[in-house]
Amino acid sequence: MTAAVDCRGVSVRFLSERRSVTALEDVSFEVAPGGFMSLLGPSGCGKSTLLRVVADLITPSEGSVSVLGTTPQEARRARALGFVFQDAALLPWRTALQNVELPLEVGGRRSLPQGAASPRELLKLVGLSGWENSYPHELSGGMRQRVAIARALLGGPRLLLMDEPFGALDEITRDRLNEELRRIWMETGATILFVTHSVYEAVYLADRVLALAAHPGRVAAMETIGLPRDRDLSIRDTPEFVAIAARMRAHLGHGAIH
Amino acid sequence: MTDLATHADIAAAPRASADRLRAEEEAFLASQRRDRLRRRILPAIGVASFILLWAALVTVFKVPPYVAPSPQAVVATLVARFDVLMANLLPTAIEAISGFLLGNLAAIVIATVFVHRKSLEQAFFPVVVLINTIPVVAKAPILVLLMGNGMEPKIAIAALICFFPTLVNMVRGLESVNPQALELMRVLSASNSEIFFKLRLMNALPYLFSALKIAASTAVIGAIVAEWIGSTTGIGALIIQSTYNFDSAMLYATVIVGSTFSVLFFLAITGLERLFVRWRPANAH
Repeated sequence: MTAAVDCRGVSVRFLSERRSVTALEDVSFEVAPGGFMSLLGPSGCGKSTLLRVVADLITPSEGSVSVLGTTPQEARRARALGFVFQDAALLPWRTALQNVELPLEVGGRRSLPQGAASPRELLKLVGLSGWENSYPHELSGGMRQRVAIARALLGGPRLLLMDEPFGALDEITRDRLNEELRRIWMETGATILFVTHSVYEAVYLADRVLALAAHPGRVAAMETIGLPRDRDLSIRDTPEFVAIAARMRAHLGHGAIH
Repeated sequence: MTDLATHADIAAAPRASADRLRAEEEAFLASQRRDRLRRRILPAIGVASFILLWAALVTVFKVPPYVAPSPQAVVATLVARFDVLMANLLPTAIEAISGFLLGNLAAIVIATVFVHRKSLEQAFFPVVVLINTIPVVAKAPILVLLMGNGMEPKIAIAALICFFPTLVNMVRGLESVNPQALELMRVLSASNSEIFFKLRLMNALPYLFSALKIAASTAVIGAIVAEWIGSTTGIGALIIQSTYNFDSAMLYATVIVGSTFSVLFFLAITGLERLFVRWRPANAH
């Protein structure tokens, strides 16, 4: 079975005013189809850059990336991937429903694939039935992120890329959305690549965590999370979870001055 | 005995607190109504006292009518010469509205070109700024020489005066798009025209309307100033004529007609804005 995401020796360099900045250096990893991987690291470790390389928003300076057995560009054109941004990136002049429908109106006229969930069904999936006609400024931060997730799920993408989607939310809302994201992951069967700087979030959500170190961004460790597939937030209080989290923190702390 | 009394108190408590709540709500609503009424009445009182003061000053100091008219004289002129005032408002209104449409349309088109071709913006934006630094009163004679004494130079002046604020605002509105929304469009493989119509243009609408509201009043100013130079009809011509005739009542009546038109124009644009911009712009929160 080909990997959902396969990065081989990816490096990204940006040219700034006087010098070139290495955002990522020789990063290799793969994500199995249907897997949930967290990209964990401090700010400046290039985890968002890595996600953008997979989404074909940034072309790597070196290395190769394959997404769902093809190039990132092909995967993007085929709408095989959905992207959820740090701020929900909703269009303020569109209602929640119209925002979810946006992908049908751009990039060539598209209709939903056979059997794919409708925009209304997706809003229901993220728990927003009854809010279809609300404008983004009428929704809370958590609800806006739910709309953004529904939009990213439209058309049933096989890969969901999430860039710190819950980073700006309060902890209580973040916890609830973490639980719901695991439910959505199991219901849709999509592969998820999730960027975060929270150790707890990374370990709770994923079945594998890729820890990145900063300056330059490089792989610090890759850990498979041996927690049961069916888990709720209470698992964070178990000794197993605490041990994994402590190990992850040790990986991140290694050689870091932050 | 005491037990019984306590029971009765407990039973009555919720009803009493519900009553109190309702009374508080009513008091709150009544105070809001009073506030609303006050907000309407106070400006009216302000305007009325200003007019009274004006009337009193003219009477007490025996100001001659060729210096300043009494408010009564202005009202009398407004009524008596209403047909003349309206006949002169018509050309000014046509010039202001045509100039408004032309100037803003040109600004929107050029802003669109600037956003898509950065080199054109870098080459021609300084020229636009340069033209904008010439005062209207200096531009008007140049255009009258170029375009003759008809409506054309007045429309051109009104258009020029609208052009600059709309161009600047429109460029900013088209460019200040949320970068993550742009990335989203890229992920969705949106074409440049889709990005323009679905994202940039909509994003620019609140900016455009704040420029249009400024343009609504400046277009009228432009038309009036242009009429000062060798024109025989229009609000601007009427202002010059009544000044030379020392007909202060007519001068004031003309000014009132001109600014009333200006206010109505502004209100029309505000109405359109309410119709088209129903969301709260992203930079507002």
